[in-house]
Amino acid sequence: MQNDAVLTMRGICKSFPGTKALDHVDFTLRKGEIHALMGENGAGKSTLIKVLTGVYEKDSGSIQMEGIQGDAHIHSPQDAQKAGISTVYQEITLCPNLTVAENMFIGRTASAFVHWKDYEKRTDGILQSLGIPARAKQELSRCSLAVQQMVAIARAVDMQCKVLILDEPTSSLDEKEVAMLFDLMRDLKNRGVGIVFVTHFLEQVYEVSDRITVLRNGELVGEYPAAALPQVELVAKMMGKDLNELEDLAQVGQKSLGSRETLYEAQGLSSTESRPFDFVIRQGEVNGFTGLLGSGRSESVRAIFGADRVTGGRIKIKGKPVRITRPHDAMKHGIGYLPEDRKRDGIIADLSVRENIILAMQVMKGFFHPMSRSQMEKFADEYIQALKIKTASQDTPIRSLSGGNQQKVILARWLLTHPDYLILDEPTRGIDVGTKLEIQKLVLKLAEENMSVTFISSEIEEMLRVCSRLIVMRDRKIVGELTGNELTQSQVMKTIAGGEL
Amino acid sequence: MTTVSRAKAEKHREPLTDAQLLMTISICIFAAMYAMAMLLMGGGFRKAQMVFDLLNDNAYLIIIACALTVVMIGGGINISVGGVIGLTVMACAIFLNSSGVENGPISVTLTLLLALGIGLAFGILQGFLVSYLEIQPFIVTLAGMFLARGLTTMLSVNPVKVSSQEFLSIVQTKILIPWLGYTAKNGNLIPAKMEIGALVALVTVIFMYLFLRYARLGRHIYALGGNQQSALMLGINVRRTRFLSYMISGLLSGLAGFVFLMHKPAGNASVAMRSEMDAIAASIIGGTLLTGGMGNVIGTFFGTMILATIQKIIALSPLNQSWWQEMANGALLGFFIMLQSIVLSSRGKKLRLPAWLKISHQKTD
Amino acid sequence: MHGKKKWYASLGQLLIPLVAMALLILFNLLRDPGFFSIGLATNSSGNRVLTGNIISIIDSASELAIISMGMTLVTAACGGQDISVGAVGAISGAVFVKVLQAMGSISVGSVLLGLLLCCLATILFKLFNGTLVAVFHIQPMIATLILYSCGRSIAYWINGDATPQLNSPIISTIGMTLPGIPVPTPIFAVILVGLLLVLVFRLTTTQLYTQTVGINQGAARLNGIHPTAVKLLSFALLGVCVSVAAVTGVCRLGQLNHKTLLADIEMDAILAVAIGGNSLGGGRFRLSGSILGAYIIQMLTTTLYAMNVAPVNVKAYKAVVIIIIVIAGSPVVKSKLTALWAKFRTGKSDSIRRKEAD
Repeated sequence: MQNDAVLTMRGICKSFPGTKALDHVDFTLRKGEIHALMGENGAGKSTLIKVLTGVYEKDSGSIQMEGIQGDAHIHSPQDAQKAGISTVYQEITLCPNLTVAENMFIGRTASAFVHWKDYEKRTDGILQSLGIPARAKQELSRCSLAVQQMVAIARAVDMQCKVLILDEPTSSLDEKEVAMLFDLMRDLKNRGVGIVFVTHFLEQVYEVSDRITVLRNGELVGEYPAAALPQVELVAKMMGKDLNELEDLAQVGQKSLGSRETLYEAQGLSSTESRPFDFVIRQGEVNGFTGLLGSGRSESVRAIFGADRVTGGRIKIKGKPVRITRPHDAMKHGIGYLPEDRKRDGIIADLSVRENIILAMQVMKGFFHPMSRSQMEKFADEYIQALKIKTASQDTPIRSLSGGNQQKVILARWLLTHPDYLILDEPTRGIDVGTKLEIQKLVLKLAEENMSVTFISSEIEEMLRVCSRLIVMRDRKIVGELTGNELTQSQVMKTIAGGEL
Repeated sequence: MTTVSRAKAEKHREPLTDAQLLMTISICIFAAMYAMAMLLMGGGFRKAQMVFDLLNDNAYLIIIACALTVVMIGGGINISVGGVIGLTVMACAIFLNSSGVENGPISVTLTLLLALGIGLAFGILQGFLVSYLEIQPFIVTLAGMFLARGLTTMLSVNPVKVSSQEFLSIVQTKILIPWLGYTAKNGNLIPAKMEIGALVALVTVIFMYLFLRYARLGRHIYALGGNQQSALMLGINVRRTRFLSYMISGLLSGLAGFVFLMHKPAGNASVAMRSEMDAIAASIIGGTLLTGGMGNVIGTFFGTMILATIQKIIALSPLNQSWWQEMANGALLGFFIMLQSIVLSSRGKKLRLPAWLKISHQKTD
Repeated sequence: MHGKKKWYASLGQLLIPLVAMALLILFNLLRDPGFFSIGLATNSSGNRVLTGNIISIIDSASELAIISMGMTLVTAACGGQDISVGAVGAISGAVFVKVLQAMGSISVGSVLLGLLLCCLATILFKLFNGTLVAVFHIQPMIATLILYSCGRSIAYWINGDATPQLNSPIISTIGMTLPGIPVPTPIFAVILVGLLLVLVFRLTTTQLYTQTVGINQGAARLNGIHPTAVKLLSFALLGVCVSVAAVTGVCRLGQLNHKTLLADIEMDAILAVAIGGNSLGGGRFRLSGSILGAYIIQMLTTTLYAMNVAPVNVKAYKAVVIIIIVIAGSPVVKSKLTALWAKFRTGKSDSIRRKEAD
């Protein structure tokens, strides 16, 4: 254990059925530093944090804390709090219906009565000393998200935490609020608190972090001083330049440039979640939106499908102007959409594989034309075989399938509707390599059959393998478009990072 | 309020919270309604005695409305309160008739303990099933209601009148408030009369207000209803808190039963029939959300008074029909429900399903 | 759970209600083998009818069975319950009687017209509830509390403060038995509504949509389903069920009593849904479960009557049985029992392992 280390994690392993989420990961946090924990989806950041905060039990490895002899035993969130580890999650874990003061003190006091005056005085003191623009008597739900987050941090600080974990704290904050949060973080750092900072925003990492630890596929890539790691290199490390483990391009298939005819065209399309943008896709083309998480790539395709409330823009399909304001419109015009969050937006957890497969097809057929049982079984069988979906039977509820197979079911759902244009948002997230390749091959095959596909993935190799055109986004804006020779890893990373090599 | 704190309050004047806003609206509506009744109906409404009559007649309802408010703040529901009142009244009446006469004041105390015990037993049983076995509170308390009603008729199918003189003398006891009285036509001063039950109800409201505001457990109940997940993360023992909220509501139902008996000293199978829905309505009108986390017994008190005043107005008006009464209740409830919906949606919040209705953890709205 | 598929797994949610039903039957057989005897008797209107406990159970559970079907749909789509079914049922009956009185004579035609109009009126009232729930996002129990508290008054008002009598052979035919058929007519009402719903499920996608919306409203929308419309539809279908149940109830007595018609049926209907293994939080449902639940409740009641329990005391016993059933179905209890069983089976090897680790 290093002298100034407040937390040392060594050889942490954690497996879930089917995947190894953490494979001998080391992590060291020093006193009074801001340490960024970086990695794309599935890299193991959140698993590492959950092990640290006692939400998950580690399979093996050791955790040592300053001031605790031997291994720190962390088996529950309460244990973690007692050991001095506090976490502030992206979603606020305070009670919105209580006042700021109460949120600071509830659940911590032994006294059977609430001493409001005392709490409020102390809270005002803490808020003032940390420069948090809130009042003790304010109802928490009246505060902005940024302030709520700061209150959560203040609570952690007041509980004398030694390690503060901030999990994506800035994803729902605007620039001003981020600046406020960073001031607070620097202040805490000077007080000797070790801060673990998890974020997807590169600029923010460099703004506050002292050191950076990068994880990829559950393994430690390395620990670097922030000053010694250029932004582009960080992106490269997060994405992984190593292509050997995956088969190369030729084996997946030929990329499709598509025909000359434009299938879908949007001008100034915007929704409640995305800024106005222009977008075109040709028939049989595979293109992709790339950028880090939170760059607006998902929000853009959601706007195309009408998943969020569309606020403006003109859309043409095959040259004809159309109106797409809700998913049903998009479906009628031959667009399919596989959502990013499979669990939340994709699967109907309690329904069977069969029902999940035929759902979109059934909606297309209409309310008064239900499919017969035999029809459903035929379609389901066909796609279970075609996509090699591993399931005990058609009647199995989809929630008991593995992630990859769930994803294939959703894919089957849209393929069954024979769309002209298919949007796949992170279709390969959290699924095994074999299935990933299958899905990539499938996409190219579909493009050969003249289907247009928009493909989004956090893994650049994958995008490079299947897309003939990449639209690069940063900070909710389209910042570049790459085709042909420009489609190299370094070029993409350069564009994403927005810096020079 | 001292001058100093008032100055301070002005400096950091906090806007009304949703719950306070809803409560304020219901207080204003009560005041307006009562003022209208004074103007248009005259007569009884101009006498202070009317307020006390409302309190006397609805003391038990005030108490069970408080019981409902507590569980509703915690995000639960309890529809067994009316049944528990029925059972308590019957059990106490039989108990008083059987042994009480010679025991004097002790019998009254024992009766009170019996009433509280029955309520507590129901609270503990239901609380255990809801919080530790995670069974839907609606079903648990529905079964509780059936059980209580069934036990009531098992005790006696026929009405049981209390004959204990000790107890009847308590029933007769009225608290006289001369300065709120009025002068009758013959010149005699008739003081305002309040029953002991009404006083108990008022004390309960104040006590529950203090409990919910200043007791740690009370605040934990709010946290639980606000966001169960967060409450857990903040280090609150969610299960125990929920269990205790049901226990409190059971205890209050028992107390309400005793108060009912002090108002009408007779057990009957149909005592307090459907009063659970009136109590829920009173809580909602007073600004308590079924989704939990918001509410206040002061609001509930005024909610009950609004329902009681409407009843009285209709009873004294030419529209004296039970169906007018119920329709007025329905319209009133509809108005307040829409009001809540509008107030909450204007704040960008939707009335979400309470946690207890969500069985599968994957469901999100 | 990777082993062979257990024989009872295919029953799924029906397992517990079926076991409950079987236990009730077994209990009755042991108690009194004559409980299930069926006889043939001549009733007041001169029809030969079947008599016996079984027939009376199936007969008197009819209204409950019909309403619990509708309640299942609303529960599945909205994740909440409509507690105004009894009160709206009274309105429904009032409309039915009002129409018959307005027509003057009671004929088959006027009864059908009455049924149609009362069905329409009921659907309207249910859509009022549905709008509050689906459009204004008010929690179902609260939204339906409005009509719960004033529905019966509206019924009373419709009929001008009276409890009108309907004296006609047609009415008693619907309420009791059809000439020449020895089975009580209300049973046919259940079959009729059941068939109607099956037809709806066959001809439309209601079943799939309802479950989808109940399980994951957001995902349903992303697949082109309109959640608001689906919820409104479930309330409309509940309206149909309520009106048929109300007409059956009115005809059974030959009179309309706004206070007792379908009294307390909302509670029993919700229970039937829960006992049938359906989640009160919405999502997947099985109508057969709820129907089974309705008959379990009625069978329980009849059994208690047969044991000479006074009708007024039945509720207490009912409560105890219900609690036992819901405890048996509680996920916490299930997982605890499973864990206990697993511990019991592996207990030995586990303790050895622990010793080794030490």
